[in-house]
Amino acid sequence: MYKLLQIELYKIFKRPRTYIAFLAITSLVGIIQLGLVKNGTDYVNFVMGNIMQSFSFDGKLLNGYLVCYILLQLLLVHVPLLIALVAADMISGEANMGTLRLMLTKPISRTQFLLAKFLASAIYTLMLLVWIAFLALFVSMFLFGVDDMVIQKTNYLVQLPVGDVFWRYVGAFGFALLSMLTVAALGFFLSNFAENSIGPIVATMSVIIFFTILSTMSIPLFQKIQPFLFTTYMVNWKEFFDPKVNADNAVIIGSLQRPDRIIQSALILALHIVGFVGATMVLFKRKDILS
Amino acid sequence: MQSVIKVSNLTKHFKGLTAVNDLSFSVNKGDVYGFLGQNGAGKSTTIRMLLTLIAPTSGEIELFGMNIKTHRSEILRQVGAVVEKPDVYKYLSAYENVALFAKLSGVKVTDKLVMDQLEMVGLASRAKDIVKTFSQGMKQRLGIGIALVHNPQLIILDEPTNGLDPQGIADIRNLILHLSKEMGKTIVVSSHLLSEIEQVASRLLIIDKGKKLVEGNANELFDPAQTIVEIETTDNHFALQQLQQSNWNSLLQPQRSHSILLKLHRQEIPALHRNLVEMNINVISFQPRHNLEDFFLQITSNNQHVQAFTN
Repeated sequence: MYKLLQIELYKIFKRPRTYIAFLAITSLVGIIQLGLVKNGTDYVNFVMGNIMQSFSFDGKLLNGYLVCYILLQLLLVHVPLLIALVAADMISGEANMGTLRLMLTKPISRTQFLLAKFLASAIYTLMLLVWIAFLALFVSMFLFGVDDMVIQKTNYLVQLPVGDVFWRYVGAFGFALLSMLTVAALGFFLSNFAENSIGPIVATMSVIIFFTILSTMSIPLFQKIQPFLFTTYMVNWKEFFDPKVNADNAVIIGSLQRPDRIIQSALILALHIVGFVGATMVLFKRKDILS
Repeated sequence: MQSVIKVSNLTKHFKGLTAVNDLSFSVNKGDVYGFLGQNGAGKSTTIRMLLTLIAPTSGEIELFGMNIKTHRSEILRQVGAVVEKPDVYKYLSAYENVALFAKLSGVKVTDKLVMDQLEMVGLASRAKDIVKTFSQGMKQRLGIGIALVHNPQLIILDEPTNGLDPQGIADIRNLILHLSKEMGKTIVVSSHLLSEIEQVASRLLIIDKGKKLVEGNANELFDPAQTIVEIETTDNHFALQQLQQSNWNSLLQPQRSHSILLKLHRQEIPALHRNLVEMNINVISFQPRHNLEDFFLQITSNNQHVQAFTN
């Protein structure tokens, strides 16, 4: 199994396509950071204009933690598309190249083969998120410094003390990994039905875009189906930045307002991963390899 | 004789199509087993079932005396195969491809092992080149190199000469003979070209529409009395008249517009040659040939359908 995983990772990282995602993330984060270095104050004034008329702020409002939050809000909507590039190609790409039949004439079981493939795409997803964390969090901390993190929610403002932020990012990235693995599992599942890479990649992207739109629009009809869409739970990494407050409206250090929501969302996403991968295995084990 | 492959009553149905129909055959140790049939006859489906790529609808497959369903891994460790096209990872080098599949086959990968394999198929000088830059023939040879890297006892080659130039075809033929004679491997080679198989195969199976037509030793199937000679002359009309008035008349076959066909014993060919000269027939080409289509026609017209030859 370990040998198979090594081979799968070797194949993933030998393909130029794999690096498109890393390049895209680097360019995107880099350009936003450059923009914020040059005109960050104007941007913060624009976004928080109304609040700044009512409150006065001390310290660095535009700090590394806030920049990372801005970046994550932008990136985590689009990263699934980059993950689909690899995950949705895992089986269909082999079928398209004709290497699937050569692989399956070797003394490895189909279950091992699929598990190694999914684990490899999970490792790729993890590496992509680690890269995002490095660029969006650590590079931003280096460029903008750190201070209390002020986030504007729909009806209220949250001020997280500087010492209470980092662990929240660890949790948020952990949750984001689960969300992205769900996307990878979906891509992997769809990959089973095609003999070219484009179809499952486009199908995965389409499902994500379609479900995300349905998950985010506050229309009563859509709200009824939102609990059944996994994309509804993917955005709950933001719950890590919603702390409990005491009677004086001050943040309780180390607290989460809705930990149950995080746990429930994580479980639902984990179930989706198991469901997609399990279904892929059942179908693939019975599949006649004709391509 | 020890059976390496034993197939019993193998059947495969796809939606509305019976690709393989109650097929039984066996391959003995050391055989070069020619598996013949026209395109769509069911050769590739059968080979895929032997390699567990396709599940049979019914029937049994045993390799090395073990059931393929229950001993898949043990069996596949002893099998090397190229199925239809030698598709490998085009973004990897020849060396990387051989090393990768050697590892998958459970072999300890060493530089020597990989280079020896590439040397055997004539690709050592291109070891570090990306496969994307290879010709079809080079890919075919690389595919065979990969199939052999774990020193399998049974080698299955499905249409190994597809898309190859004459030199490539000759190279594959020589490789098959080398593997059989020098290394004692059992080889199953499928093709739709009888002329290609007859040069290497010791035993043959011919299938059509998923059913067995004939199975047997090559020298028995290629009865010298069945040789067809195709003659092209400067004036086929004149040549045909001359032949009809000669002793060769009874051997004339239904004619084609551009050539004259005679069915005769191989030993009679020199005499025919001499007679043509004596009859002032100017020969452009003179070709004894085995053609699968003709062979099928022979078999079916003689009501030999599904008759097994002596093994």
